[in-house]
Parts: sequence; C-alpha cells; structure tokens
Amino acid sequence: MKVAVCVKQVPDTWAEKRLRAEDSLLDRESADGVMNELDEYAVEQALQIVEAAGGEVVVVSMGPERAAETVRKALSMGADSGIHVVDDALRGSDAIATATALAAALKGRDFDLIVFGSESTDARMSVVPAMVAEILGIAQLTFAQKVLVDGSAVTIERVTDYGFDTVTASTPAVISVVEKINEPRYPSFKGIMAAKKKPVETIGLAELSLDPGVVGSRASWSVVADFSARPAKAAGVVVSDAGDGGVKIADFLAEQKFI
Amino acid sequence: MRFESMHDELRDGVRAVCEKFDGPYWRGLEPDGYPTDFVDALTAAGYLAALIPEEYGGGGATLTEASVILEEIAASGGNPSACHAQMYIMGTLLRHGSEPQKRDYLPRIASGELRLQAFGVTEPGAGSETTRIRTRAERTADGWRINGQKIWTSRAMHSDLMLLLARTTPYEQCAKPTDGLSTFLFDMRDLPGLTIKPIPTMMNHNTTEVFFDDVVIPPAALVGEEGRGFRYILDGMNAERILIASECIGDGRFVLERAIAYANEREVFGRPIGANQGVQFPLARAYAQLRAADLVRFEAARLYDAGEKCAEEANMAKFLASEASWAAVNAALDTHGGFGFAVEYDIERKFRETRLYQVAPINNNLVLAYLGQHVLGLPKSY
Ligand SMILES: Cc1cc2nc3c(=O)[nH]c(=O)nc-3n(C[C@H](O)[C@H](O)[C@H](O)COP(=O)(O)OP(=O)(O)OC[C@H]3O[C@@H](n4cnc5c(N)ncnc54)[C@H](O)[C@@H]3O)c2cc1C
Repeated sequence: MKVAVCVKQVPDTWAEKRLRAEDSLLDRESADGVMNELDEYAVEQALQIVEAAGGEVVVVSMGPERAAETVRKALSMGADSGIHVVDDALRGSDAIATATALAAALKGRDFDLIVFGSESTDARMSVVPAMVAEILGIAQLTFAQKVLVDGSAVTIERVTDYGFDTVTASTPAVISVVEKINEPRYPSFKGIMAAKKKPVETIGLAELSLDPGVVGSRASWSVVADFSARPAKAAGVVVSDAGDGGVKIADFLAEQKFI
Repeated sequence: MRFESMHDELRDGVRAVCEKFDGPYWRGLEPDGYPTDFVDALTAAGYLAALIPEEYGGGGATLTEASVILEEIAASGGNPSACHAQMYIMGTLLRHGSEPQKRDYLPRIASGELRLQAFGVTEPGAGSETTRIRTRAERTADGWRINGQKIWTSRAMHSDLMLLLARTTPYEQCAKPTDGLSTFLFDMRDLPGLTIKPIPTMMNHNTTEVFFDDVVIPPAALVGEEGRGFRYILDGMNAERILIASECIGDGRFVLERAIAYANEREVFGRPIGANQGVQFPLARAYAQLRAADLVRFEAARLYDAGEKCAEEANMAKFLASEASWAAVNAALDTHGGFGFAVEYDIERKFRETRLYQVAPINNNLVLAYLGQHVLGLPKSY
C-alpha cells in the first residue's frame, strides 16, 4: 500500500502570531515553525496503516524552504521519503490554490491513500483534504476518529456533532483525521539519525507543470482585506445568586447562543 | 540566547519526549521518587541506548550526540541524573567488556529490559582518593566473593546491573596504588548478602549505601583483566566529565531562560527589574560563562569522538560548566527574589540539583589539581 501523508509547517501554536502589514499574510518568520499538530496524528495513522498492510509512507508538504524541517520530522517519525513543494509563486495561496498545488504533486504517483490532519492551527478551515479529493476525483473520508483498511476497502468512523457515522470507500481515497484517532509517536533517536539519509524530492511549479496563474495570492479566491488585533478581554459578568442564579446563567448562555 | 544550534532535530526529538514531564512532574517526585515513567519514555524512544552500537540494538551515537540528549533534558527543566549513569558507564563496558558480556547485556539494555544505572566506586573511606577503596573481591571456585561497603551508589534501588570497582589485591601488596583494582559487571537483583540503604539528600538523587556481605557473583562478571580496573574506570572518566558538563549547560539554559523572562516582566519601582544592573549583570555574566563552557564542552566531545586525547578539555568543560550553571542558578534565584524560594518556580530545585556537580562525580578541586599538575606541570599535592 502506498500512502501519502500531507503535512504543513505552521507557526508554533503557543507563539504570538503576526500578520505582515504589506500584504496581510502571516509573518512566518516571526515565530518558530512546527509541524501542524493534527498532522502528527496523520503521520502516525499513515505509519500504522503501512505497518499493518505493508508498503511505504511518502510525506508531502507545500511550504517555504524551512518547511523542509517539517518533512524531516515526519521522516524521523518513520516515513520513508518526502516531497517538498516549494516555489515563490505559491506564496499567499488560499485553500483552493493550496489544494491545486498539492493535488498536482500527488497526481500520477499511484497513492492508495492520502492522509491529512483535519485542520491546521493557523488557517483552521478544514477544507483542503476535501478539495484535494475533489480535484483528484477520488473518495473523501474526512474527520476520521478510526480507520480500518481491509484490502482496497477503507472504512472510517467520521466524527459528527452527535456521535459518528461509519463510512466506507474503496481506494484510492483521501482521509483526514481528528486527534482522537491515535497517540502520535515520538521521533526515536534512530529515526532522527535515519531521517538524515532519507530521500526528499524538492519540486516547484515547473516540475508540476502548473501555471503560476492558478496558485499564489493572485489566484486566490479569498484575500485578507483588512485586519485588526483582537480587542482586549472585557471584564466578565458577575451573576450574584439571589435564588435566581440558575435562571440568570441560563439566560446569559442563551443570549450568547451557547444553548 | 544563542547556544550551539547544532543537532536541532535531535534537540527537538528529546524535547518532544520531555514535554510531558514538566515542572509539576519533577516536583511531584520530591524528595526521593524515581521518574520511572520518564525513564521508560526516554528508553522507548531510544535515547538512553544512544551510545550502544547499532549491532547491539542501540543508536550508535557519538558522545557529542549523547551530550546533547542529556543537555536537552536538563534544559527542559528535567533532571537527567535519574538516568545519566547508563551513558557514563557505557564506555567502560564497550571498550573493555568481552564479546559475550556485550552480547548478553547490550541488547537488553537497549530494549529497556535491563537498566544499567548503578556505578559503585566511592566508599566511606575513599572518595577523591579512589585507590583507597577496601571492598574486596576474592576469587572462589564458583566466581567472586565480595565483601565491603560502597557509599553514594546512586540509583542502586532502580538499577538491574551494577558496575563495581573492588580490590582484588590488597593496597599494601601492590607496587602501585592503582594496581590490584578490578571492575565487575553483574546483575544486582536479589543477590544474597547485598543490602541497599537509601541516603536522604538535599536533592532527589536516589543515592544509597550498598553493603556486600559474602556476595557471590559469577566468574563472567569480571570486566577485562583482573587488576586493571582502575585504568578502565579512568578511561570512562573523560566521557563522564563531558556529559556532566552538558547537563550543567542545560541547567544553566533553563534557569537563565526563566530568570530573563521574570526580569523582563516583574516591575518594581515602575520598571522591569531587569533594567537594573544589579539584576542584569549577574545574568549576563552567567550567560557569558555558560557560552564559554559550552564551546569547551563541544571541543572536548569533538576530540573524544575523533579518538584523540581530551582529558584536559573534558576536565575544563566539567569545571567551567559546573561553575557556570551554579552562577546562573544563583543569579536566577536572586532575580526571582522571594519567589525563587517558592517550590513551584523550579528555581530552588535546580539550585539544589546543579550544585552537586561542583562536588560529584569529581570535586572541582581535584579537576584544578589535574590541570595544575598534569597540564601546567606544577608540583603534585597528592
Ligand atoms: C549525590 C551524590 C551522588 C553520587 N553518586 C555516586 C555514584 O553513583 N557512584 C560513586 O561511586 N560515587 C558517587 N558519589 C560520590 C562522589 O563521587 C564523591 O562524593 C566525590 O568523589 C568526592 O569524594 P568525597 O565525598 O569522599 O570527598 P573527599 O574525597 O573526602 O573530599 C572532601 C573535600 O576535600 C577536598 N580535597 C581532597 N583532596 C584534595 C586535594 N588533594 N586538593 C584539594 N582538595 C582536596 C575535596 O575537593 C573536597 O572538597 C556521589 C556523591 C554524591 C554527593
């Protein structure tokens, strides 16, 4: 089984993130880059699938030069090889442009499964996996909390607001995973040492035969027009209980649309 | 703060394991709990077996890489002393152990089935002057019979194997004090006649006294040749010095990072305390000391890995790093004012933990004596 796992380098989850004044894009230099947390679960899932069914795991990442660190991290967890899509023209790509570039990188490589984390901590849209599946014309099994591979049949438990749905598709298929699915392994000492020697293919738009006009900020359907800092936290509401505290709290929650 | 940025991936890997073992975890172990979960996680990820060659299931690491592992544990706020001995002792076993000993033990140490954490050298009557040890090992029909007492044998309660230095020929009968000592490696679990008594100490170190009362160990426990044990132990000392230095550098990084954050944030008299030179300069000074120690440590490790002589550099690294981490933690304590004494800041814990390394495994006086007498050619004091 040939499994691709798509990973994204995001600014350290705990760091203060900034947008750049000149183009409203995320300032990726302002914070350390780390592997998007949910992608660690995706790598773990890909590794588990291949450990059970045999085959290989190829890690795929689109991102600037330093996203190579994130590819290396997936390799140190145990993936076999990597593809790093890097090109200045990709800067500012929105979800559709990103999915276009990723699909081009994945196409024609005979992947049986393509595994994603279900969202990134920086953009938080959860749409890229579905878009990639759509562009490639293959099944999408998103928000998986459990994956079962049986030959060419792949069954997942898709998390819903109320529980889960059981969904089955045949390969090739795209899977996106939620964090309930597993406990990602640490890169082991040997894994880190071995990762240095694993092959990583670095490719740009030319190798993907992609027209620069279909990716990057100019091709993006969504652009950030303006931004402002989150307003400082206002003082909370104190409810004093004069026998009617419960009602007041219920009213408050209803007003805030929590219930 | 800029420290040697080499080995970023390795550092990140170690940090990923350490992340789950945070301040509350280490504080929760005080005064004498052993971090079993931490050691297990580190073992499972292969870090504790880093120095074991790959053919025996280990990581085949250089000493430089091993030193980075211990440094990062300390820099994360953890206490690598819980498991460092396995790395310190490894050289003696690798260089002087027999092939059957290596085949028997190394794969099981690498897998975590066996822990090699106890190193019995010091005795109540022999600390700095190692050759004065009196624990006797006598050859018998079925192996070796051991009688005597060790002190400060750390982690003896949490180790499966022990590396022991004992006299096989009495001091008085030897041509040189360094003769007649032998090294043994054996399974110390459930050995009749062996008693372990914990010693309560200032920091959590799981250190003990070990009593040998007609303890019999198999003939195969002897490492290398009888009578050459002191040389085997000395041989491992350079690695130990370099690794200790790395732990100190990690400690120093941890406390400086905390102190700098606190000095920038805490306002007194309407400005951050870090603006005052009385607060700022001790931190800057400690930083400079740590950086210098770091460079000597990497130089020592480079020489060691290249198989070159490194006793001078290894000793200097241990000396400089233990002084620097002490300066750093002392400055960090002052910076934190009263809060530095509150357990939850982890500063007072590091204050206790890192202070040890000026005294053990070798006192800095003895390091200076080595430099004075063996490097500078000054007259001997011993
Ligand atoms: C927490 C802890 C853990 C330890 N773990 C281990 C372990 O796992 N295994 C083990 O074998 N040992 C262990 N040790 C022992 C440690 O190695 C010794 O404490 C150390 O070697 C010093 O020996 P000593 O305590 O007997 O001091 P002594 O040798 O009695 O020295 C006392 C003082 O006199 C000074 N001094 C002595 N001679 C000279 C000289 N010629 N010039 C200048 N100054 C001199 C020393 O520097 C020191 O300041 C541990 C010790 C501690 C505290």
